[in-house]
Amino acid sequence: MLEVALAGTWQITEPRPSWARLLGGQNPTRVRLRVEEVEKWDSSLLLFLFEAQQWCRSAGAYCEADALPEKIRTLLVQLAASHETSVPFDRSENFLTTVGVAAQDVVVKGRAILHFVGECVLGAQRLARQPRKFRWRDCLEEMQQCGAMALPIVSLVSLLVGITLAYTGSIVLRQYGGDIYIADLIGLSMVREMGAMMTAVVLAGRTGAAFAATLGNMKANEEIDALETLGIPAVQFLVLPRLIALAVMMPLLALYANALGIFGGLLVAYGLLGIPPSAFWVEMLTIVNLTDVATGVIKATAFGLIVGLSGCLRGLQSERSAAGVGRATTSAVVTAILLIIIADAIFAVVFNALGL
Amino acid sequence: MADPTTSIPPAPGPAIEVEKLECGYDGRVLLKDISFTVPRGEIFFIIGGSGCGKSTLLRHMVGLRAPTAGTVKFFGQSFTDADTAARRGLLKTFGMLFQSGALWSSLTLRKNVALPLEEYTTLAPREIEELSTLKLAQVGLSGFEDYYPAEISGGMRKRAGLARALALDPAIVFFDEPSAGLDPVTSRKLDELILQIRDTFGTTIVVVSHELASIFDIADRVIMLDRGAQGIIAEGPPRTLAASSRDPRVAEFLRRGDLAPQ
Repeated sequence: MLEVALAGTWQITEPRPSWARLLGGQNPTRVRLRVEEVEKWDSSLLLFLFEAQQWCRSAGAYCEADALPEKIRTLLVQLAASHETSVPFDRSENFLTTVGVAAQDVVVKGRAILHFVGECVLGAQRLARQPRKFRWRDCLEEMQQCGAMALPIVSLVSLLVGITLAYTGSIVLRQYGGDIYIADLIGLSMVREMGAMMTAVVLAGRTGAAFAATLGNMKANEEIDALETLGIPAVQFLVLPRLIALAVMMPLLALYANALGIFGGLLVAYGLLGIPPSAFWVEMLTIVNLTDVATGVIKATAFGLIVGLSGCLRGLQSERSAAGVGRATTSAVVTAILLIIIADAIFAVVFNALGL
Repeated sequence: MADPTTSIPPAPGPAIEVEKLECGYDGRVLLKDISFTVPRGEIFFIIGGSGCGKSTLLRHMVGLRAPTAGTVKFFGQSFTDADTAARRGLLKTFGMLFQSGALWSSLTLRKNVALPLEEYTTLAPREIEELSTLKLAQVGLSGFEDYYPAEISGGMRKRAGLARALALDPAIVFFDEPSAGLDPVTSRKLDELILQIRDTFGTTIVVVSHELASIFDIADRVIMLDRGAQGIIAEGPPRTLAASSRDPRVAEFLRRGDLAPQ
């Protein structure tokens, strides 16, 4: 028979004595628990008593708890019940289920993108019939936001891209005495590829994310529902002004990025290789023609639409919570950049096939 | 003299008929076999404890979610399987006040109220502006026309949301938890406004709420939903239900806090 009389203050924030150490190797057949001298107690005392009861159960000893106050006995019963049920819920799924669900998810998401693009086309058609209903003011505001306000960051990025390309190119070209061809390298790669691509990436992070956050927040705030109950399609009211703003501003920004990138290359060519600007310009014009500029502009327009579509789609798909809006924003940027790279590859194949 | 409402279709019959509606989302069924009718001009409450599916039922009724089964009819015309044109026509017959007000944050209060008018009417811009100002005045928001939603209080946002819901003089107005987040005085004022709208325009009002004060003050009739039963467990005038319902769930809900009818 072991009689355990507990006393003093028992608090969950303080260290709790261990039952095993208290036993010190004894193996009683009967344990009596008493708490009369305990002054202050909380869950800490319960956990200790529960540990003692559990030990008794596993060691086959009789635990005499009758001396405990009613309040504590009730709590111990509740603790025993939660001990039974607090086995963590197994959320893991087997490999096949995971693959199946992921595959289904790809189909559902792909269908959602197609559905959304279709809705935008239908919305654009409706607007073409009733241009009075188009929200020109919103569109102009978005143009300012995604166009004019993006100039500083686009300037910096494209200038640096031009400089980096020139530095890298000069390493190879110098070995063969072909310094002057740096102009061709810079001109062609900026105009055909980097101008549109870098602007699109900057806008995906800047504007695409902003679209997703704005629309996601509007969804969380029931603003999209309010539009729907009025029979005003969100696509017409919120998406088309943004898409059109991006489709107009992206080519302009890409042309601007081309110019700054070429200027960056020109600076390096002059400073590092000693090529006069006029020679750079004349050489560049021998290879860069209007077709190249046009391919860049076509790409930029497509990339603009991709950034806008991804941002708006993810915003409208967002869950109605702060975390949901955060996820929508991340997803908008990832989707936009992924689709831009895929589209760029498709353009490369198509332009090649067309001999452009 | 007839009520000055514009969009009530002339045919007789109840304003709303819900038949065997099954509500739920993400593959989960919340409510089954929901059927009730709301006569014209009635203030009808959908009540019940938190999580019983009141707001879900409302969202199904206004078409924000597609029901898995059953139909909703407004003025005898089916809304659930209406084609695009018919649906657009029916959307004009009701307005909705969302829990948060759901004002479009990028527009001023006047523009918020004006948008449905711009969408559905051929009024001149000047007339739309005047009408929006009038609607805002009706809900006591004169002088705040050019404020943005973020610049006004929660109660004012709800009233502005109501002005927007009333913009097209709808025959039915839905309210989703109108008193949520409001102090008792503001909440009472909103209740008075609801009564006033019904009395002036003969509007049919459907309110989702668990506010006992509002239920006893303005409801003509209520249905009570229960999570366990997945459906309607009581229907009738609130005072009658409180006094004579034998269902302990109804009695417990309606008599909580000594607000039972005197």
